[in-house]
Amino acid sequence: MNRYSIWKYLLILAAIALGLIYTTPNFYGESPAVQVSGARSAVKVDEAAMGRIEKVLVDNKLAPLSIALEAGSLKARFKDSDTQLKAKTLVQETLGDDYTVALNLMPNTPKWLTALGAHPMSLGLDLSGGVHFLLEVDMKAAEDKAYERLAGDVRRELKDKKIRAGAIKRLPDGVEVQLRDADTLGRARSAIERALPVAQIAQQSGENNYRLKLTLGQQELFRIKTDAVKQNIATLHNRVNELGTTEPVIQQQGAERIVVQLPGVQDTARAKDIIGRTATLEVRMVNEDQAALGDALRGSVPAGFELMEELDARGNRPILVRKEVELTGENINDAQAGFDDHGQPAVHINLDSAGANIFRQVTAENIGKRMAMVLIEKGKGQVVTAPVIRSEIGGGRVQISGSMTTADANDTALLLRAGSLAAPMNFVEERTIGPSLGKENIQKGFSSTLYGFAAIVVFMVIYYRVFGLTASFSLAVNVLFLIALLSVLRTTLTLPGIAAIALTLGMAIDSNVLINERIREEVRAGMPPQTAIKAGYEHAWATILDSNITTLIAGVALLIFGSGAVRGFAVVHCLGIVTSMFSSVVVSRGLVNLIYGYRRKVKSLAV
Amino acid sequence: MELFHFKKDIPFMSYGKLTTTISLVTFLLAVFFLVARGLNLSVEFTGGTVLEVRYSQPADLNQVRHQVEGLKLGGQSKEIQVQALGTTRDVMIRLPTVAGATSAQLSETVMAELRKTDAQVERRKVEFVGPSVGDELVTHGLTALLLVCVGIIIYLAIRFEWRFAVSAILANLHDVVIILGVFAFFQWEFSLTVLAAVLAVLGYSVNESVVVFDRIRENFRKAGMRGRSVTEVIDNAITATMSRTLITHGSTETMVLAMLIFGGPALHGFAMALTIGIVFGIYSSVLVASPLLLLFGLTRENMVKPVKVKDEAVV
Repeated sequence: MNRYSIWKYLLILAAIALGLIYTTPNFYGESPAVQVSGARSAVKVDEAAMGRIEKVLVDNKLAPLSIALEAGSLKARFKDSDTQLKAKTLVQETLGDDYTVALNLMPNTPKWLTALGAHPMSLGLDLSGGVHFLLEVDMKAAEDKAYERLAGDVRRELKDKKIRAGAIKRLPDGVEVQLRDADTLGRARSAIERALPVAQIAQQSGENNYRLKLTLGQQELFRIKTDAVKQNIATLHNRVNELGTTEPVIQQQGAERIVVQLPGVQDTARAKDIIGRTATLEVRMVNEDQAALGDALRGSVPAGFELMEELDARGNRPILVRKEVELTGENINDAQAGFDDHGQPAVHINLDSAGANIFRQVTAENIGKRMAMVLIEKGKGQVVTAPVIRSEIGGGRVQISGSMTTADANDTALLLRAGSLAAPMNFVEERTIGPSLGKENIQKGFSSTLYGFAAIVVFMVIYYRVFGLTASFSLAVNVLFLIALLSVLRTTLTLPGIAAIALTLGMAIDSNVLINERIREEVRAGMPPQTAIKAGYEHAWATILDSNITTLIAGVALLIFGSGAVRGFAVVHCLGIVTSMFSSVVVSRGLVNLIYGYRRKVKSLAV
Repeated sequence: MELFHFKKDIPFMSYGKLTTTISLVTFLLAVFFLVARGLNLSVEFTGGTVLEVRYSQPADLNQVRHQVEGLKLGGQSKEIQVQALGTTRDVMIRLPTVAGATSAQLSETVMAELRKTDAQVERRKVEFVGPSVGDELVTHGLTALLLVCVGIIIYLAIRFEWRFAVSAILANLHDVVIILGVFAFFQWEFSLTVLAAVLAVLGYSVNESVVVFDRIRENFRKAGMRGRSVTEVIDNAITATMSRTLITHGSTETMVLAMLIFGGPALHGFAMALTIGIVFGIYSSVLVASPLLLLFGLTRENMVKPVKVKDEAVV
C-alpha cells in the first residue's frame, strides 16, 4: 500500500541530484577580476593586446590567476582585491583611452559545472553591491541637433521651391537665412511657414539687408528635450537588455537625468561600455577637393567641414566631410547585418518615410559625389564607409558596405537597431554600492533563515518524531530545489528574495503539519498504521492544493504588478510554493514509504 | 507528543458576537489612524534622498539632525529625517528632493558636514529617487492588491461557494488594514519591502481560511455530521484543525521572528509587517471568516448538492 514504484524513487533521486548539481555553484564564491574591453566598437581586445597585458602584469609581479579572452573582452582573475586594484591602474595606463578597464568579480565555478549550465545566482544590488549609473542627457546637444536639422530642412525646402538664398547660418540660438531682395524674402518666408510650422520666424530687413531669423518656440524646445530623455531611456532599455540583466532599473530622475541600476551585474566594463556608447549614424556629404584635404591635414580645416578618419582594411584614411547633417539615425527603422552583392559584410538599413524622402532627394542631387556614413561614438566621428552615389536611391532601403568585418557589421547593426540616442549622455555618477553593506545584508539574511529553519526542525522532530524527521528532510530538499531552480533560471537574488525563502520555508512546513495531523487523526480513529499513512496523505492533499493555489494567486499578482523589491520577493515566493508542494508531498511520502512501507508488521506509527 | 488535543469541540461560534465586535473595533481604529496619521511612506514612494552612514562610535542623533538641518537643503527642514538604523552607529538621513543639485553633490554636501564632527564617518549607501517614480509604484501596488483579491474570490467561488469567497476576502482585508493601521500608528517607514510583506500576508492569511473552509466542506459531507447544526459543524472543523493552525503559525512566526531579530535593519519592516499579519491571520481565519459565513447564511444545502438529499428522502 505504501510502496512507491521504482520510477518514483528514481524520479526523486534524480531531482535531488539535479538540485545538488545546480545548487553547488553558489558555494564557490568569487574572485576579484579586471575586465578589459574596447571603448568603441571598432576597438577590439585581441590576442596581441592580451599578450601586452599579460606581459606588463607579469613584469610588475601582478601575475593573474587566470587570464582569458571571451567575446572580445578580456578577463583576468587575481588572488585579492589589492592586486586587482593595482592591476587595473597598470592596465589602464598601458592601454590608454581606447580601452575600458573595469573592476569585476568572477565566479569560481569549476569548468565541469559551467559546462552543465550550472551557474551561481547573481546577487542583487542590495546583496552584492552593484552598479549604479547616473546619466545626464546633454540638452545643449539636443537643442543644437534640432537647429542643425532645421537648417537642413530650410536649405532643402528653399532649393525645392527654387528660391535663391544666400548663406544659411547656424546661430547659437537659431538659424539665419540671408536673402537677396524683398521678393525672395517674402516667398522664402511663406514657403518656410508652410513647410516648417514649428519654426518661429523673425524678419530682419533693413537697407539692402534681407534676413530671416528662425527659432524654435519654448514649447517646441521643451518637447525636444523631454523626447530626448524618453528616447534615451528607451534606447538604454534596449542596450541593457543586451546585457541580459533580469531586473534592471532605468528611471528618469529630474528633468534630464537617467538612473541605470544593474543589480547582480558584475560585468561593469561591459555594462558601462554598452550603456555609454552614444553611437549615432549621420549621413553627410564628402568634400573631395584634394587641396582642401591637404589644407585640413596641415591644420586649417575649411569652415563648415570636419576632418575624420575613414575605416579601411589597409589602415584608416583621412577624409573631409561636411558638418551639415543630411540624415540622422533617428530616421532609421531597422538595421541588419548581412552581405552585399559582392559577398562583403554589409549593414542593411531601413529608413522611415521622412528619412526615405530626404535620402532620395540627397542622392538625386548628388549623383557622382561621395556620401559619408558617419558613426559617432563617444563624441568621436568615424566614417564607416563613403560610397559614391551612382543613382537616386528611393524606397528607404540603404546598404552600407565597405571595409568591415562581419563582427563590425553585427556591431554597427546592433547599435543602430538598439536605437540611437537623441542626445549624448554623460556619466555624472557611477557607483558600486557598498559591498560591506551587501555582505552584511546577505549574512544577516542567511543566518536568520538558518536559525528559523533549525528551530522548526527541532520542534518538528520532537513533536512528530519519525514523521517530523521526514518532514524536516523534505523541507531541506525544498531549500535545495528552490536554490537550484533560482540558479538555473538565473534569477537575481535580492534581500526580499532571501526573506521570501525564509517565509516560504515557514509556510512550506504547513503541508507536512496537515499531513501529520491527519495521520494522527486516522490513527486515533482506529485505523491500522499503513492505512492511516495512506489516508492521511490523501485527505490532506485537497487542502494542500487549495491553500497553495490561493497563495500562488497572490504571488503571481505580485509578480505581474510588482516592481523592484516586491518583484524580487514574488519570484522566490512563487517558485517556493511550487517546489514545496513537490517536496512536502512526494519526497516526504517517498521517505515514509521507505521507512514503513516495506515492513511486514507495523504496530504503531512514530507520529 | 501532543500539545493540542481537544476532546470536545470548542464553541467558537458562540463567541461570534464578541469577536466580531473586537475585530470591528480594531478595524475602525486602524482606519482611523490611517486617515488621521497616514503612512510614513519611504523614499521609494515619495522621492528624495536617503543616506545611510556609519559612525565609528555611537552617533548623537540630535547633533546629526542639527547639522543636516543647518545645511538648509531645499529649505523645507520639516521633511528632513534623521533616525537610528538598528544600531547606535548606523544613521539614516532622509532629505527631500532638491531642485538643481545633483545627487552626488547633495550626498557630498551632507557627508562633508558630517565629517566635521567625525572624520571616520562612512557612507554606506546613497539612494536617490525621483518623485515621478513613486506615483507609478502606488498605482502598481493598488492594482496588485485588487488583482489578488479578485483572483482569490474567483478561485474560492469556484472551489467552494461565493459565501466562502466573500468571507475569506473580508477577513483578509481586515488583516491588511490592521497592519497598515499599526504602521500608521507607530509611523514606521512603509517601504516597498513592507508592501511586499503586506501582499504576502494576504496570500498567507487566505491560505489559513482555506484550511478551515476545507474542513467545513468535508464535515458537511461526513455521515457522522449529518444531524449537527451548521454552527456545530463549523466549531468541529475549527477544533479539528486547531492544532495544525497553531503549529503552522508557530513555525511561520518562528521564521519571521528570526528575521525580525537577526535580519538586521534591512529586513526589519518586512518582518514586522509579517509578524503582525500572522498574529491577525490566525485570529481572522478562525474568528472573523467563520462567523461571516454564518452571517451570510451558510446552510448545509449550500455545500451538499440537493440531489443527494432527495435520494435520502426516497430511502
